Amino acid sequence: MRKHGDALLTAAVWLATALVVGAFLWLLGDVVIHGIGKLDAAFLLDAPQNAGRDGGIAPILVSTLLILVVALAVAVPLGLATAVYLSEYAAAQLAKPLRVCLNMLAGVPSIVFGLFGNALFCVALGMGFSIWSGGLTLACMMLPLFIVTTESGLSAVSSEWRRGAAALGLSRAAALWHILLPAAAPAITAGLMLSIGRALAETAALIFTSGYVDRMPESLSDSGRALSVHIYDLSMNVSGGDAAAYGSALVLIVLILAINSVAVNLTERFLQARTTA
Amino acid sequence: MSNDNPTDRNPCSYTLGGIEQGAPCCIPVPHIQVQDLAVSYHGKTVLQGVSLDINKGCITALIGPSGCGKTSFLFSLNRLNDLIPGSRVQGSIRMDGAEVTAPDCDVMALRRKVGMIFQKPNPFPLSIRRNIEMPLREHGVRQRGELDARVERALRDVGLWEEVKDRLDSSALALSGGQQQRLCIARALALEPSILLMDEPCSALDPIASAVVEELIRSLCNRYTVVIVTHNLAQARRVANYAAFFWMTERVGRLIEFGRCQSLFDHPSHDLTAAYIFGTSG
Ligand SMILES: Nc1ncnc2c1ncn2[C@@H]1O[C@H](COP(=O)(O)OP(=O)(O)OP(=O)(O)O)[C@@H](O)[C@H]1O
Ligand SMILES: [Mg+2]
Repeated sequence: MRKHGDALLTAAVWLATALVVGAFLWLLGDVVIHGIGKLDAAFLLDAPQNAGRDGGIAPILVSTLLILVVALAVAVPLGLATAVYLSEYAAAQLAKPLRVCLNMLAGVPSIVFGLFGNALFCVALGMGFSIWSGGLTLACMMLPLFIVTTESGLSAVSSEWRRGAAALGLSRAAALWHILLPAAAPAITAGLMLSIGRALAETAALIFTSGYVDRMPESLSDSGRALSVHIYDLSMNVSGGDAAAYGSALVLIVLILAINSVAVNLTERFLQARTTA
Repeated sequence: MSNDNPTDRNPCSYTLGGIEQGAPCCIPVPHIQVQDLAVSYHGKTVLQGVSLDINKGCITALIGPSGCGKTSFLFSLNRLNDLIPGSRVQGSIRMDGAEVTAPDCDVMALRRKVGMIFQKPNPFPLSIRRNIEMPLREHGVRQRGELDARVERALRDVGLWEEVKDRLDSSALALSGGQQQRLCIARALALEPSILLMDEPCSALDPIASAVVEELIRSLCNRYTVVIVTHNLAQARRVANYAAFFWMTERVGRLIEFGRCQSLFDHPSHDLTAAYIFGTSG
């Protein structure tokens, strides 16, 4: 009896895994098959023509990266500081409600962030449709997720190290810098990856803030079209834009995978260097 | 009996008189003077009315059943209680003439002077060398030559130098449990403390590693004032010059008896001590 149950459970687990992996491979295969034909140097280096049906995506790639850089430059330091405050300094009575709020914010639909960003950055602060507005809106969107993952990473660090550091007369800052943050580095990287993934996939929030001008941006105050917005526009508003949409989607996926593997690699090297130097 | 002041029946505070046996460290000069110490968590008292003098250069063992407040007592000696939300320490602890419980006590300096070893070895996820170097640097030792010398001296003091000198730059987490514990002791010794607190330092180790660490602790006698919590009465007997017996009455931990190790174990003056010692040692 028990043996049958075990076999059944194993089969169920395998099936579920196969379904998930299968669905992902199908999606990936679809994008690769349809998009690979578009992919060449010209596609990456040329400006779009004919509403994106022809030409390339150079200005769109540049805008995407600029928006991402603005978002990360704001979200990472702010998020790290908040996570450290929550896990190491805040009293429990304060940290608890803050955590609830963050979790709620992390679940707010992106369109809401888009409207908020539009009202605050574009209108109230007079930034208009610009890379600044888009990047700052994305930063607001990333922050809750990044803070929550970083904080849980910090809290998961063994309290024995925390205690050991205190018992050696180390300041909290020293313990954080030498022990806690490095030990939480994998969690911080994971949070960063989730945030970057969410940012690169974001469409709704960006349409309202960084806009959809597909020219090469000349400064951060220019409007710029993000890759995801470009894909959305090509597949929804441009008839005959499917091939270019698939090509752009493939570039987006490769971009995310590349950023991911570089980040994981750097974290590993950093940790390796720390334990052995 | 819960209302007795434990010091009243304390057979020997630091005015002990001559030394009958044990290392010559035991010229009874008080190093830590604890007066009427009480510890509570979230308003619930777990330790009360503890008064004793811990003598300089001696090894003092704290024994007693689980939950009677030995760790709480130890933590209050280097203000590690500050880290535990809701904990409160009352009473007086004087160390080298300064009041440890005072709000203006320099906690960082205090903890540098009072090293602590925990039950579970807790080397940092750094190399062996950096485990010792990093706290030294944080306390202002910057010169390469002096750092190297201090690392080597600390590792030699704990008998680890020969074992690790060729792999100082590899991870400390790859060491065995016993080696890790000795590294933790070396890390504390490198800061040149005068007092060492040890909370069951051998209980997570196998018997052989435990014997090595025990021998190391014995070698600290005379040079450091050591306060060690142990559940192993035989070990307390082997390493300690003094012993303090804690017991819980009405869910509050108290110091029942304090005295020379030999006399406390051979002729306990309190029934509870006798019951605990003879009951648990067979
Ligand atoms: N952080 C804490 N919060 C609340 N109560 C605590 C805390 N730490 C310890 N206590 C309580 O204080 C009492 C004494 O604990 P303590 O750890 O000092 O005992 P101990 O003698 O060291 O025990 P053991 O031999 O098991 O280590 C126990 O009843 C315990 O439940
Ligand atoms: Mg304990």
